[in-house]
Amino acid sequence: MTGPVETGPAPKGPMDRADARLRADTGFAGALKGFSDRVKSGDLGMLPVAVGLVVISVVFTSLNPIFLVPNNLVNLLFDCATVGIISLGIVCVLLVGEIDLSVGSISGFASALVGVLWVQQGWPVLLAIAAAVAMGAAVGWVYAQLYNRLGMPSFVSTLAGLLALLGMQLYILGASGSINLPYESALVKFGQILVMPAWLSHALALVPGVVMLIVGQRRRRQRLAANLSAPGLGGLMLKAGLLTLALEVAVGYLNLGRGVPYMFGLFVLLVVLLNYALTRTKWGRSVMAVGGNREAARRAGINVRRIYTSAFMLCASLAALGGTLAAARLASSSQQAGTGDVNLNAIAAAVIGGTSLFGGRGSAWSALLGIIVIQAISSGLTLLNLSSSLRYMITGGVLAIAVIVDSLARRSRISHGRA
Amino acid sequence: MADPILSLRGVSKNFGAVAALTDIELDIHPGEVVALVGDNGAGKSTLVKVLAGVHAPSAGVIRFGGRGVTLDTPAAAMKLGIATVYQDLALCENLDVVANLFLGHEISPYALDEVAMEVRAWTLLQELAARIPSVREPIASLSGGQRQTVAIARSLLLDPKIIMLDEPTAALGVAQTAEVLNLIERVRDRGLGVIMISHNMEDVRAVADRIVVLRLGRNNGVFDRSASHHELVAAITGASENAVTRRMERKEVQA
Repeated sequence: MTGPVETGPAPKGPMDRADARLRADTGFAGALKGFSDRVKSGDLGMLPVAVGLVVISVVFTSLNPIFLVPNNLVNLLFDCATVGIISLGIVCVLLVGEIDLSVGSISGFASALVGVLWVQQGWPVLLAIAAAVAMGAAVGWVYAQLYNRLGMPSFVSTLAGLLALLGMQLYILGASGSINLPYESALVKFGQILVMPAWLSHALALVPGVVMLIVGQRRRRQRLAANLSAPGLGGLMLKAGLLTLALEVAVGYLNLGRGVPYMFGLFVLLVVLLNYALTRTKWGRSVMAVGGNREAARRAGINVRRIYTSAFMLCASLAALGGTLAAARLASSSQQAGTGDVNLNAIAAAVIGGTSLFGGRGSAWSALLGIIVIQAISSGLTLLNLSSSLRYMITGGVLAIAVIVDSLARRSRISHGRA
Repeated sequence: MADPILSLRGVSKNFGAVAALTDIELDIHPGEVVALVGDNGAGKSTLVKVLAGVHAPSAGVIRFGGRGVTLDTPAAAMKLGIATVYQDLALCENLDVVANLFLGHEISPYALDEVAMEVRAWTLLQELAARIPSVREPIASLSGGQRQTVAIARSLLLDPKIIMLDEPTAALGVAQTAEVLNLIERVRDRGLGVIMISHNMEDVRAVADRIVVLRLGRNNGVFDRSASHHELVAAITGASENAVTRRMERKEVQA
């Protein structure tokens, strides 16, 4: 017996498809089957949002056709950008399994700070905005220290912060209670008027499809070179094509009105950046791990405290930026800024978009999709001339439904072994 | 024999008034498997946690590679080359197998190299003859044995000098237990020190070069693998007359 040592059967096919228990989900039918399996096991993804948007559009358009007029949608996008940026921060804290209930107050205080520093004190506008965002970062740092060092639950510390920051907002606004921002300034124009030229918006609408194709093709080549299975090229092209078509139609429709707001473009850019950070960096992986199993993350050598600190700081900074843009949208810093339903809408948007309240599950896109749903409801109710009492009740009901869907989906995921 | 890679002298750990560990002495040499055995509450898990940097010892000296070290965080222990597989595995159920394997040590932190990580994951799992259908499923969908395999694979990924296994075979099937024991021997042959906690005397005697017995938080004897079952049980329970021997005598009388 001097023959070569048998090292097991020669690999046939990709090494991640070697197990006989795996069902090969290939082609269109396979993709469909995989999707229906995921939904049945409680991995709902974007499905509730898509269904919700269709229902909302049909209902409100039938009640008042103005709802779907291009200019109403353009206004909707302006409104989405401000609260959406706040909601983006909420996604960060929800992913680590915490909450920030004071984002409304942070945004209000930030808008007051910009008004005071820029209009009353004569600071350059960019410096005033930077100061407001730095204030947000500092507030987030304080929450993180209270949580890390003193073990103070975030919903309590941020509730305290909600009141304290609201007090500071009223204090620095003084007796007059509001500061008008100059209409001719770039900031107010950015928040109210500036839209992309048609050629630019159409060009930008091409970007996601092209990027999807290039990145997808590169990933396919890498995986095939490494002897791993890869999704088919046809499906990739179909997806990229459909996405591009949808975006171009949407942009073309908006261009029938005023066009795509630059402010909405900024919001989408931030969503894309955060999405990259969450899915493609070590930091994002750590955030998911801390939200999923804090002890496991700690034992894996992740600096859990630093992850909490980064999440709280990012959330509060984004809330401050959102508040600044909200002031630009209204051309004023007032005592009402950041009060009322801002908090609730920001949190509701993240949850409706599919970010779990229980941590470790969700994505940056949920802020974008969720806020569109929330603002669509709000815009539709405003068009119906409903009083704010009714609007609050209805928005509250929608939030309750979103959380119920989240809880039920979570229970189903556990019983299907998908955590 | 070469100098020990890890040595403990007079290590104690108190939780309030309870002395979980008292004056523990332990040497681990490169290329040997040391089994830690003892009854429930003997202090095995506490000792592992001290070495993993989870608990700081109340007193005593830990020397690693001849130098005195303080293991104040899990990251510090890991950086020295002490890898730990806990009994409760500590995996993130919401992340997939690849993410769990590389957690905290991802390849290229600013643009994660998923392909390289997945290839490395498959290679490692094939070396362990692990039966995991897909590395892109969340951990929540895996069985207990599969999770144990993932946890052991993860500890090996960092090329540690010492690997500690807390009840590594408790949740495994027959074939997988044999695989893990083979794996432990392969790891030892690569010159690593292995600390293995087990209640299964059969597994312990199958792979351990030395068997260290703890009892009520103290050293209670060191045996080699030729030690009889009787001797081990006596050291573990603290008496040659105990429930196990009485039971065996009764069986012999009946026979």
